[in-house]
Amino acid sequence: MTLTAEDHQAAAAAIRATRARRARRSAIIKHFFLASCTLIMIYPLIWLFMSSLKPDNQIFGDLSLWPSAFQWNNYPEGWNGLYISFGTFFKNSAFVTILAVIGNVVSCSFAAYAFARLEFKGRTILFALMMMTLMIPYHVVLIPQYLLFLQAGWVNTYLPLIVPKFLAADAFFVFLMIQFFRQLPRDLDEAAMIDGCSPFKIYWAIIIPLSLPALATAAIFTFIYTWEDFLGPLIYLTDIHDYTVPLALRSFLAQDSVSQYGQMFAISVLSILPIILFFVFFQKFIIRGIAMSGLK
Amino acid sequence: MLKFLRKNGPGYLFLVPWFIGFIALALGPILVSLYLAFTKYDIFSPPEWIGLENFEFMFLYDDRFLNSLQVTFTFVFLSVPGKLVFALIVAMVLDKGIRGIGFYRALFYLPSILGGSIAVAILWRQLFDYDGIVNAVLAKVGIQGPYWLNDPDYALYTLIILAMWQFGSPMLIFLAGLRSISPELYEAAEMDGTSKFKQFYAITIPLLAPVIFFNLVLQMIDAFKTFSSAFVISGGSGAPVDSLNFITLYLYNEAFTFFRMGYASALAWVLLVIIAIFTGIAFYSSRYWVYYENERD
Repeated sequence: MTLTAEDHQAAAAAIRATRARRARRSAIIKHFFLASCTLIMIYPLIWLFMSSLKPDNQIFGDLSLWPSAFQWNNYPEGWNGLYISFGTFFKNSAFVTILAVIGNVVSCSFAAYAFARLEFKGRTILFALMMMTLMIPYHVVLIPQYLLFLQAGWVNTYLPLIVPKFLAADAFFVFLMIQFFRQLPRDLDEAAMIDGCSPFKIYWAIIIPLSLPALATAAIFTFIYTWEDFLGPLIYLTDIHDYTVPLALRSFLAQDSVSQYGQMFAISVLSILPIILFFVFFQKFIIRGIAMSGLK
Repeated sequence: MLKFLRKNGPGYLFLVPWFIGFIALALGPILVSLYLAFTKYDIFSPPEWIGLENFEFMFLYDDRFLNSLQVTFTFVFLSVPGKLVFALIVAMVLDKGIRGIGFYRALFYLPSILGGSIAVAILWRQLFDYDGIVNAVLAKVGIQGPYWLNDPDYALYTLIILAMWQFGSPMLIFLAGLRSISPELYEAAEMDGTSKFKQFYAITIPLLAPVIFFNLVLQMIDAFKTFSSAFVISGGSGAPVDSLNFITLYLYNEAFTFFRMGYASALAWVLLVIIAIFTGIAFYSSRYWVYYENERD
């Protein structure tokens, strides 16, 4: 028996069809797997949001997500649930966070520019010292820093939360920017130098405009970390009028001998809303930042 | 002198903020902390040098400290591998070209970005309440769930699950790593009829080793430093029965509740040394199992 060309073609077509069917089936299985994973992952967050609209007696032991009655009131009531309005806490958080972002971007880009682009004596050793601070856990410097700020009379003010950001204390972001600055072509600096530009002019007119993605990544992560920061405010802020949102939320939890869970969830939702919005709008920077450096 | 300044001045000028921070917020505090670790200090009276007493007490008599070590280690050794395995599985599924990858990636990452927030810690407390949603699901399949948060045998698991839930960041890093493995390798293996499983441990694992290593070190360091979720879920004290008394939490309470600044500094150094040792082990062992593609001999 001999095989004709038609037979070959038919066999090839059959194989292709089987492959396509298999690919389709495996795509469906993958989507099914991913969709179920996603659902499990996101379920707690959905539950948080739906619970913020439920009456208190429906929150526990009830698997259904749908509120038996929509309690939109949880939001305004939770907002005023402590004896100070959450407006104050959001304002405090915004104040600290915005200054922290500005401080971090300015001071870290300064240091990174010096390390990445300028020649000076002792650069190698200073760079090594900076890298060393990357590895020291925050808990080691926590107590001496507290004692320092206590001496300075800064406890109970926002200064301990803000001033370190203006001193490039987050060596990690310096490192991130150094990595980025180093990729920029050196010819640009050299040409500008020949034209008589000062190092400051080069920083401002060349490096900064070309590094917006790196600066944005640093700004976004500083925003998220500072907004969520709990340990710093816990140690340095003792007057409830100065509380940031996470501290205030925790006081809400601590006083829950009352069972206003709906309100507590409503405030929880509001507290993570800025982060979710940031995530939605700046996802590209966030994902690139992690892939570049292992940011959390 | 003028020449020296002209050459080096701009560099130093740009470094001024960082340098002040380095001296005042890093180097100075590290030295002070090291000194305090050998003293007894309650803030109100000057520190009193007591030599190695803090460390002696810690390792010989302080059961709460030994327990906090056990809690921290259990947490690190269960949560980090769990997180990485999960992150790798999901990354591998996502990597093989699938529609809507951006959508899945974003949703998987969302918990990681929210994970540090107090809102999520509060949410976790309610999920694992005795009357909470987790026990309600377990009841559906006929299991009577425990008092997660009040039972010292179970409390730590709620935090381990919380940590594993945040596998987004290692997942993204794995994804970037998988992208850099040449598809030709898999095609060649496919032609030789190599099984998927063999492809996984003969191609994927060795080529991904540097990335696995990077994730491992990073996640371990992070896990050793866990604080706010433990603080909120345990109500600040490490309860029940110290089962959530992470070393960081113990340190915090020693320093800022009981004002034993000397002892707390000693604890901080123990934490530092533990992290350094484990990072060192990871680096050292990487020689045997990490293969960097560009290093050929």
